[in-house]
Amino acid sequence: MNPTAEVDALGNASIPKPGEVAIVIKDMNKWFGAFHALRDINLTVYSGERIVICGPSGSGKSTLIRCVNRLEVHQKGTIIVDGTELTSDLKNIDKIRSEVGMCFQHFNLFPHLTTLENCMLAPIWVRKVPRKEARETAMHFLEKVKIPEQALKYPGQLSGGQQQRVAIARSLCMRPRIMLFDEPTSALDPEMIKEVLDTMIELAEEGMTMICVTHEMGFARKVANRVIFMDEGQIVEQNEPEEFFSNPKSDRTQLFLSQILGH
Amino acid sequence: MDGTTFVRKEILAAQSPPTSEIGIGGWARENLFGSVFNSVMTVLSATAVVLFLAESLPWILQSSWTANSLSECRERISDRYGEGVHGACWSVIRERYLQMLFGFYPSELYWRPILTFVLLLGALSPVLFPSIPRILLVFSAVYPFVGYWLLWGGSIWGPFSIVAGFAIGIFAGQHVKYRIAMIAVLILSVYLCFRISGYLQTAAPVGIEPIESAQMGGFLLSVTIGTTGIVLSLPIGILLALGRTSDLLIVKAICVGFIEFIRGVPLITLLFVASTLLNLFMPPGTNFDLILRVVIMVTLFASAYMAEVIRGGLAALPRGQYEAADALGLDYWKSIRLVILPQALKISIPGIVSTFIGLFKDTTLVSIIGLLDPLGLSTSIRADSDWNGIVWELYGFVALMFFIFCFAMSRYSMYLERKLEISNH
Repeated sequence: MNPTAEVDALGNASIPKPGEVAIVIKDMNKWFGAFHALRDINLTVYSGERIVICGPSGSGKSTLIRCVNRLEVHQKGTIIVDGTELTSDLKNIDKIRSEVGMCFQHFNLFPHLTTLENCMLAPIWVRKVPRKEARETAMHFLEKVKIPEQALKYPGQLSGGQQQRVAIARSLCMRPRIMLFDEPTSALDPEMIKEVLDTMIELAEEGMTMICVTHEMGFARKVANRVIFMDEGQIVEQNEPEEFFSNPKSDRTQLFLSQILGH
Repeated sequence: MDGTTFVRKEILAAQSPPTSEIGIGGWARENLFGSVFNSVMTVLSATAVVLFLAESLPWILQSSWTANSLSECRERISDRYGEGVHGACWSVIRERYLQMLFGFYPSELYWRPILTFVLLLGALSPVLFPSIPRILLVFSAVYPFVGYWLLWGGSIWGPFSIVAGFAIGIFAGQHVKYRIAMIAVLILSVYLCFRISGYLQTAAPVGIEPIESAQMGGFLLSVTIGTTGIVLSLPIGILLALGRTSDLLIVKAICVGFIEFIRGVPLITLLFVASTLLNLFMPPGTNFDLILRVVIMVTLFASAYMAEVIRGGLAALPRGQYEAADALGLDYWKSIRLVILPQALKISIPGIVSTFIGLFKDTTLVSIIGLLDPLGLSTSIRADSDWNGIVWELYGFVALMFFIFCFAMSRYSMYLERKLEISNH
């Protein structure tokens, strides 16, 4: 499967791809007050794809993926996730949110609950899973992110890397079809970045559909099938990683890459 | 070692601290005489405490507990301790303490308020202490009706039918799909059961002697108004705070308007409205109990302050907590209940307890509209020719009683904060 073979530089909604369609974003625009934050975004994500979004700060990367689970509301265009269109209908929003997992830059674990309770909360209250089963699922995913021994500790007792892995486990407990990562490693100390990236790589290898805002170019090279470069609220360039890094087409991409890779 | 390179050959073993740092001597040096300023302050404060005790202790101890009037009491003190000695006349407390506690509640029925108070402690304990079995919360839920019936008396069928109505409503409501229908079923069943209670009373009259609100007074009144206000103002305050932070414009406007209006008006004004004006707005013939009206006003007053305290807690939570709850698919009420409130309330505990304590002390304002709370009773006792002129003893007793209640609340809040602190670290 090589879904990026025929991609043009801006948007790819019309090009057929193998794999089921997971997310369709069409002519999407978003404003913060008068500020035009996202401009004519077109993007189709196929099931099993791993997409890395990079770009300078303030370019709208985070806003884009936060629109996918409606943490931000878009004003124009359509977003269809898993066949359901995002409108102001609360039922649809909660349905999509329970199918789409998200990891944040600052983890956002619930500090008043133990690691285990963090992981059990949403399955019990959203999916109505029995407690015992939720507990087993939670332990399964905590083992998967390699911290089952921290299950009874509170988030405040864990290191940043451990917290982020718990956050990943918490999302996985909802058995999402799509995972969104919003700069998951940028608040971490350097020696903890690897443990989180390893978890994400493992997840990618299992075929999870992922959209990841990150500046970890090594990670992008290794797991992404598409890298998207954004600037000033627009998708400026997208390509498969090898081509994107070795032969960037637009000037702005070249400048950006020279700045982050050049030090 | 030449200054730039250094390698330690052996690891130093841990040693115990120097003796000047440990024991009572060390503690005093550290805390009382740490610096010149510290030492001066220690000496000054100790002198102030000693002077205060030297004045007040003789007054408290060289006292009379047995006299029957103020003049008799003064005679006894000068007989026993010598001419010119000022001592406390605690006899007034001995003679009137039952009245201070219960007002004009019939003395042969004192067991009812006492039982109500003991049951109150039982009903509060599962709410306050998580180690108490959860099943007792059922008793806590039924308690308001038991307590009301014990204090005011009358037919048992009224309170019983409301409890039965709630039970039936909750049971039936579980088989209804929508939340709004659930509430409708609940209200309907409570209403129906309440209507039936009149027939039950004629069919099988069961009840205890009814007591008028006017007969209640003293700390019985303070604790009744205070507890009801405290228990009701927290949930109302939470709803107001959520309303004020909500995106729904009308809800928000109503909550802001309510909070700002109530906070902008003195409690005494509201109490006067309760005692005089409120009846004008009621349909003619309705007899709306004065204590109930006062409880409503005190509750509304405290909930406006409560709302602002809790809003502070809500604002202190990072945005990410709301986002993480949303991103997991929790709907608004679940995210509030499971994620936001447990944290926001924990942050707000000192403010919440302050509001509780303030509310409890504000119950003394009801003496202005003629209810005989401890302060109102003190005034009438002082008007008695036997005790005319007594001040410190009565108000001291009232102060001590209030201090016990308020200090208990304060200690509980510290216990709770410490407990929640431990569980989070």
